[in-house]
Amino acid sequence: MPQSSISPRLARSLKRNVIERIIEVGLFSSAVVAVFITTAIVYVLVTEAIPFFQHVSIYDFLTDTVWTPNYSIKHYGISALVAGTITTTMVALVVAIPLGTLTAIYLSEFASHKVRETIKPILELLVGVPTVVFGYFALMLVTPFLQTIYPDLTTFNMLGPGIVMGIMIVPYIASVSEDAMRAVPMSMREGAYAMGATRFQTAIKVIAPAATSGIVASYILAISRAVGETMIVAIAAGQQPNFTFNPVESAATITAYIVSVALGDLEHGTVGYQSIFAAGLTLLVMTLVLNIIGHWVRKRYAERY
Amino acid sequence: MNQNQKTSDSKDLDVIRSLIKKHKRNDFIFAGVGMLVIASLTITLLILFLDLVLDGYPRFTLDFFSNFPSRKALQAGILSAWIGSALVLLVTFVVAVPLGVAAGVYLEEYAKKNWISDLIEINVSNLAGVPSIIYGLLALGLFVYSFGLGQSILTAGLTLALLMLPIVIVATRESIRAIPVHIREAAFAVGATKWQVVLNHVLPYSYGGILTGVIIGMARAIGETAPVITIGALTFIAFLPPAPISTEIPFLNFDWLEAAFTVLPIQMFNWISRPQHAFHVNAAATGAVIILLTAAMNGFAIRLRYKIRKKIKW
Repeated sequence: MPQSSISPRLARSLKRNVIERIIEVGLFSSAVVAVFITTAIVYVLVTEAIPFFQHVSIYDFLTDTVWTPNYSIKHYGISALVAGTITTTMVALVVAIPLGTLTAIYLSEFASHKVRETIKPILELLVGVPTVVFGYFALMLVTPFLQTIYPDLTTFNMLGPGIVMGIMIVPYIASVSEDAMRAVPMSMREGAYAMGATRFQTAIKVIAPAATSGIVASYILAISRAVGETMIVAIAAGQQPNFTFNPVESAATITAYIVSVALGDLEHGTVGYQSIFAAGLTLLVMTLVLNIIGHWVRKRYAERY
Repeated sequence: MNQNQKTSDSKDLDVIRSLIKKHKRNDFIFAGVGMLVIASLTITLLILFLDLVLDGYPRFTLDFFSNFPSRKALQAGILSAWIGSALVLLVTFVVAVPLGVAAGVYLEEYAKKNWISDLIEINVSNLAGVPSIIYGLLALGLFVYSFGLGQSILTAGLTLALLMLPIVIVATRESIRAIPVHIREAAFAVGATKWQVVLNHVLPYSYGGILTGVIIGMARAIGETAPVITIGALTFIAFLPPAPISTEIPFLNFDWLEAAFTVLPIQMFNWISRPQHAFHVNAAATGAVIILLTAAMNGFAIRLRYKIRKKIKW
């Protein structure tokens, strides 16, 4: 009697354990997909870029300032594209850093609970606007407006898309900085108020310094967004590579170049096809370095209370 | 002497009063500047939306939704684009949601603190920071050429699924983390296995938060343009993919996965790039459709999250 009643129970519990293990392995493999994707990104970019660098020397790639893959005399100087990326990013930062920081300080230190609960969803909606729509905005609204102030501005320029990109990244700066400022303990605010400081003095002299790591991390996140932004610049900055740091000129960024090549018919295996992977690798390295710096800043300068 | 003391006291007081006044004024000015900045951001969003709607208004007809793109701007429509978008999103949803939720559940409920879990976590947070066009290059090299999937709906759906994955994982983890430990302990105490705890308790309670993340991710996928262009999606498609439902057994048809396609943002990009103004009107109308869709989805997600936050008190 005991033997016959225990063994089905044992069998059931064994079955249960096996199923549990299978499920755990299944879940684990889903999580490993993230590692797989990263590996695949690096693998694809590197294996497609290697034949490119057999054709074009790395020295020329880094030092040449002309990028003309479609001309009879071909030049592959990535700095022509990097210059465009840096210029549009700079314009965006000039717009986004003051606006984003002000918004964050206001929301964290000045706004009432109700105002904050209304403004934050609006910022989130701004994040949700597709970039192709922002591109339309830059080309059809902002550039014509800028032309009324500065008539010499060409239809394609880096100023308009840069400004629009700045508006696009304000919410990133605002929300990450605000989180950092609200994480500063209340006792520090109370201490400052007790000394007779106003809200503004508390925000600037106590809260902002205490939240520096988070604020700087938000700037770095914003830079990395701006560097990788594609559609706004592809639509409104022109797709002609141009080694210049002058925002009123038109130029292609790394991302805009990749789009312009993808729009045309490029044969698989040609140097032109491989060049977009070399450009993509450059972009990945740039954003990776930024992400690592951001991570490091947050760890290194994080204040512990 | 006494008199002098008094005047110097009142002078000090005056100085202090004027200082306080100055600082209070600064406070006031800053509050004003802050409100101005936020108001201008809100107004920008409104202008953007109104501009699209007003520019595209003449094209808001039924024909616009039921016509294929055309060389004649007034006859062109977004039929192939919205059907393409819907099918691509279907693939994205089917791939990204189970994978993302499973990964999130593993990282929160199962993962032991070791180097493998650390590696996975670093990868997830890094993937969220990779520019979307890089995913396009990955898909071009891997899906289009190595796997031979071509420039198909399946390729685009998988690409956007990769992009959406970190969003779903992060949302899943955050909402799972909000469930207190004692819920799990109670279930374990009555003999539930780990998976029973996850399936019957953890997932149902975190459902709302996961859904919020999924909707936000899908809204992002609708507007995502760069990776889809990079895999070589066509911009002029005057036919529809094969219907997914057929009248013959087994009633489901998967040929559409391999079909060429276009999506709403690419159609819009294509029309912006043309010199004629009439096409710009089409682009604005398409933009209005995209922004309405994404705003509705994001708005719904934000409301949902707000409700969850208010309702649940453990």
